[in-house]
Amino acid sequence: MLSLIREKADVFFHSGKTGEGRRLMSGLGALYRKEMADHIRSRRFLIVLCLILLTSFASVYGAVSVLSDAVASDSDYIFLKLFTLSGNSIPSFTSFIALLGPFVGLTLGFDAINSERSEGTLNRLVSQPIYRDCVINGKFLAGATVIFLMVFSMGLVIGAVGLLTTGIPPSADEVGRVAALLFFTSVYICFWLALSILFSVLCRHAATSAMVVIALWIFFALFMSLVVNIVTNALYPADQVATVGQLLDYYDCQLALNRLSPYYLYSEAVSTIMDPTVRSTNVILPQQLSGAISGYLSAGQSLLLVWPHLVGLLALTAVAFALSYISFMRREIRSR
Amino acid sequence: MAEESMIRMEGLTKAYGEKRAVSDLTLEIEKGEVFGLLGPNGAGKTTTTLMLLGLTEPTAGKAFIDGKDCTRDPIGVKRIVGYLPDNVGFYQDMTGRENLRFTGRLNGLPEEVIEARAQELLEKVGMLEAADKKTGTYSRGMRQRLGVADVLMKDPKVVIMDEPTLGIDPEGIRELMLMIRGLADEDGRTILISSHQLYQVQQICDRVGLFVEGRLIACGHIEELARQMQQEGHYVLETAAVPNDDGFGTLLKQLGNVERVEHTGEYYVIYSRTDLRRELIRKSLQAGYTVSHLRQRGSDLDEIYRRYFEKGEKEHVESDQRKGGRFLSFRKNR
Repeated sequence: MLSLIREKADVFFHSGKTGEGRRLMSGLGALYRKEMADHIRSRRFLIVLCLILLTSFASVYGAVSVLSDAVASDSDYIFLKLFTLSGNSIPSFTSFIALLGPFVGLTLGFDAINSERSEGTLNRLVSQPIYRDCVINGKFLAGATVIFLMVFSMGLVIGAVGLLTTGIPPSADEVGRVAALLFFTSVYICFWLALSILFSVLCRHAATSAMVVIALWIFFALFMSLVVNIVTNALYPADQVATVGQLLDYYDCQLALNRLSPYYLYSEAVSTIMDPTVRSTNVILPQQLSGAISGYLSAGQSLLLVWPHLVGLLALTAVAFALSYISFMRREIRSR
Repeated sequence: MAEESMIRMEGLTKAYGEKRAVSDLTLEIEKGEVFGLLGPNGAGKTTTTLMLLGLTEPTAGKAFIDGKDCTRDPIGVKRIVGYLPDNVGFYQDMTGRENLRFTGRLNGLPEEVIEARAQELLEKVGMLEAADKKTGTYSRGMRQRLGVADVLMKDPKVVIMDEPTLGIDPEGIRELMLMIRGLADEDGRTILISSHQLYQVQQICDRVGLFVEGRLIACGHIEELARQMQQEGHYVLETAAVPNDDGFGTLLKQLGNVERVEHTGEYYVIYSRTDLRRELIRKSLQAGYTVSHLRQRGSDLDEIYRRYFEKGEKEHVESDQRKGGRFLSFRKNR
C-alpha cells in the first residue's frame, strides 16, 4: 500500500521534466525539514509542550477524581468522560484545549515570515532557485505536522493514563470518537497557525503580529459571545419578541453569529462528538422530539452532525492561509 | 558579442508611484568581468539587482542573464546567479556549516557534493575554525565571509553583491576584495558589485558604472572615465611647497588658465583648464619655493565620482529644481 502511494507520488511530482520537478520539490523538502528541526529544537516549542502536557494531566486528574460519582449516575461511555468531565474547579480537557489550543498555533506561527525578514535571511532564501511559495508552504506544512503530532501524542498519553487509572478498555465507538476529537483539535489549532502566519506576513515586527493574534484569540474565546448577545438583543429587542417564531429567530440568529467564531465552532463540534446523547446542534422544539426513543447516537451519526463544523473550520483555515499566501507572493522582498 | 555578454539590461525601468527608482537602464556586462555599480544611497542600485534576480518586476524594459529572461524565468536565473544581499543574515541557531548545507539542499544538490563543497568553501573563506559555531555569535566580517561561501555553494556563473564592504575593517575589506577578484580571474565568474564605497571597489573592478537618481550617468574603465574628464578640460592639482606661506598661494593664482585655488589643510588645490605641472614647478623654483608635494588628481575614482555628480547635479537642477535640493543635501552628508 505504502509503496503504491510512493509510486503514485513519484509519477505525480516527476511528470514532465523529471529533473526539474525533483529539484523544485527538494527545495520544499529542504525547507520543510529545516522548519521541523527548528520547531522541535526551539525552546519556545518545549515550553508550549510542557504547558499543554501539564494542563492535560491536570484535567485528567480532575476528571478521574469525580469519575466515580459520574459513573454512579450514568455508567456508559466512561472513557469519553475522561476528556469531558470537569471536577474540583479544574476545567475539562476539551474546554482547556479550546482555550489553549490557539496559543499553540500562534506560538508556532506568529514570527514565521517577519523574523526571516528581520534577520535578513528571507532575501537570501528567495534568491535560491525555489518557487517563492515553497517558503510559506514549507512553514505551514511543518507547523501543521508538529501540531498533528503533538495533539495525537497528547491524546494517546491521556488515553493511557485513563486506562491505567480506570482499568476499563474503550470500545471501538469511543476510540473513533476520541480520534475524531483529536482530528478536530488539530484542524482547529492549524487554523490559528494559518492566522498567525497571515499576520507574520502583514506585520513587520514579530511583536506586532503576536499582539494582533493574541488579541484575536482573546476576542474569540471571551468576548465574541458578549458581542453576539449585544447584537442579537439590538436586532430582536426583548419587548418586541412576542411569538414563538420570533423567539426562534432570535436564537437562530444568535447561534449563527456565534458560529462565526472558530472557538465556538470547535467547542460545539467537540461537545457533540464527545457526548453521544447530543442529537442536534440547533434549537429543537418539543414537538420534534415527540416519539423519539431516548438512546445514544452512534459515532458515525455524531460525526454527521458536526460535519458542517469540520468543513467550516477547514474553510477558515484555507481562507487564512490563502490570504497569507497571496500577500506573501505579492510582497516585494528587499533587504531588512 | 551577443554570446559574450553575460548580463544584459535593455531599457530597464522601475517606478514606485511617481518616483522612478531606476529609469531606462541599458547595460551589458561581459563574461568574467568585474563590474562595479557605484552610486550614493538610494540611487536605485539595490532595485536594479532585485530586478536582475526576478524578485521585483520591472515597470518597463528587460533584463537577461546568460540568455535567460530575468522576469519570465527567475528560477533558471537564480540557479546560475549567486546573490549576496546587503547586510546578509543567517539562521542564528544553526552553525555556519549547517547554513551552507541548507543552501545546498535548496539548490537540490546531492548530499556528497554539499558536504565536500561546504568544506572546500569554508576553507577558501578562512572560516574553518568557526564553521561549527552558531552564526549568532559571528562578527560582521565573519558573516560576510560566510555569505561569500553561501553564494558559492551553488557554483554560480554570476555573482551579484550588494554593498559587500559595508561595516568591515580595512584588512577584512582587502581580503574580501582579493577573494572577489579571484572569483573572476580563477573561476571565470562574472561579478556585479553595487557599492557606494569607491576606493575599495575601484581596485578590483574592470569597469564601473556611475549611478545617480536611477540613471547611469557614466560607464567604462576607470582610466577611460578619467581621460573623458580631462578632455572636458578639468584638471585638478594638489600641491604644497616649502616655505608654505601666502606668497605661494598668490603665485598659484597667477598661473595661466587657473579657475580657482583652494587652500585646504596643508595642501593647495588648483582647478584649471590645462595641465599646469611644468609651469608650476618652473615658476615656483624661480620664486624660491621648493615644491614638496605635487599630485594630479582625477585619476582616482573619488574625483571622477565627484565630478560626475557635479555634472549630473547641474543637469538635474536644470531639469528638476525640486529634486536638486535633495541631491545637494546628499553631497553635504558625504
